Amino acid sequence: MNPRFKPGDAVTVRRAYPPGHLRTPHYIRGHHGIVERVCGSFANPEELAFGRNGLPALPLYRVRFTQRQVWPDYAGADGDTVDIEIYEHWLERV
Amino acid sequence: MHEDHPHDHAPDHDGPLSDYQLMEIAVRELLLEKRILTADEIRRAVEAMDARSPALGARVVARAWTDPAFKSRLLANGTAACEELGIEMAATKLVVVESTPEVHNLVVCTLCSCYPRMLLGLPPDWYKSRAYRARAVREPRAVLREFGTELPDGVTVRVHDSTADMRYLVLPLRPAGTEGWSEERLAGLVTRDSMVGVSVPAAA
Amino acid sequence: MRGYHDIGGLEAGPLHKSQHDYALWEKRVDAMLVLLSSKKLITTDELRLGIETLGADAYERLSYYERWIASISRALVARGVITTDELGRRMADAGRRARDSA
Repeated sequence: MNPRFKPGDAVTVRRAYPPGHLRTPHYIRGHHGIVERVCGSFANPEELAFGRNGLPALPLYRVRFTQRQVWPDYAGADGDTVDIEIYEHWLERV
Repeated sequence: MHEDHPHDHAPDHDGPLSDYQLMEIAVRELLLEKRILTADEIRRAVEAMDARSPALGARVVARAWTDPAFKSRLLANGTAACEELGIEMAATKLVVVESTPEVHNLVVCTLCSCYPRMLLGLPPDWYKSRAYRARAVREPRAVLREFGTELPDGVTVRVHDSTADMRYLVLPLRPAGTEGWSEERLAGLVTRDSMVGVSVPAAA
Repeated sequence: MRGYHDIGGLEAGPLHKSQHDYALWEKRVDAMLVLLSSKKLITTDELRLGIETLGADAYERLSYYERWIASISRALVARGVITTDELGRRMADAGRRARDSA
């Protein structure tokens, strides 16, 4: 599967809260970030968890978020970031 | 009926075994009888993990501090660079993040306990704890302070949440006053905590 | 809806830096996960799902490797590598042996 996004792209994490096995942490859903790198494509953990093969492999990205935008009460520097690996199907272009 | 199976001759604790210890015995014996695993494989895997320690990661850091070309390769492809040094990486996809005078890196796995085991051995209990996993992403500087690490003003903190297939190693900032040191001497300065990012190596 | 394991950003107390020595049974649990994984009989995500569905109380009460062995057992049964019946009989047998040798 060809990656939809490239480093520097502005993306937002979908606000969805399904049950099941997810690797997109709750705290980052709905937030905007910038793609820091394309990690490659990997089998979908949401499917692997149930004993299925998780194919086709999905593109995985490291996405960088500004901490001040993620936490209303963030006590640190303006430039502080949190970098998270997120699968493509959780991301939408801003 | 089942065939003779190895008994636990050396109990881990005095007193009755917990349900979970019984579960471990039962699963292991069943897997051995079904010839899915051998006792030898289990023993060797335990020994292999026992043999891994942060000294492996420290070698990688010391090489990166003294060899700029190696450092570039390490930052581009962490796994391949570690394998250059003869370190067994198995399926690990390593991302090495470089701390500089301007940027300090900290690694956490908020969802479970993902950790670069092939380079550092088993993770410490605190890394797997609720307190670290909950707080490191939200208040990294306060967490660092609890480890006695105070960063200078103007340093950016980057937290890496190890949520998927990558594993992270912090390449800490080389301390001042170590010019001309051998790799071996430099490796001695590199602690596990500095490769997770909760502390900073010092020359003293 | 939020998994009880999905705790990034939640309130939590001070860090405790104490480290327990790993018991042999814990190391064997770890070894079995690594070996079963390499033989494609379990994936890390099956292990994680099992832990994420033990229930909030078990997640708090059980130790790290207790959660692992519970999850590995469940995954192996789900895959048909072992049966619940085999597991139960062997656990009971192991318990009897332990009491007999005490």
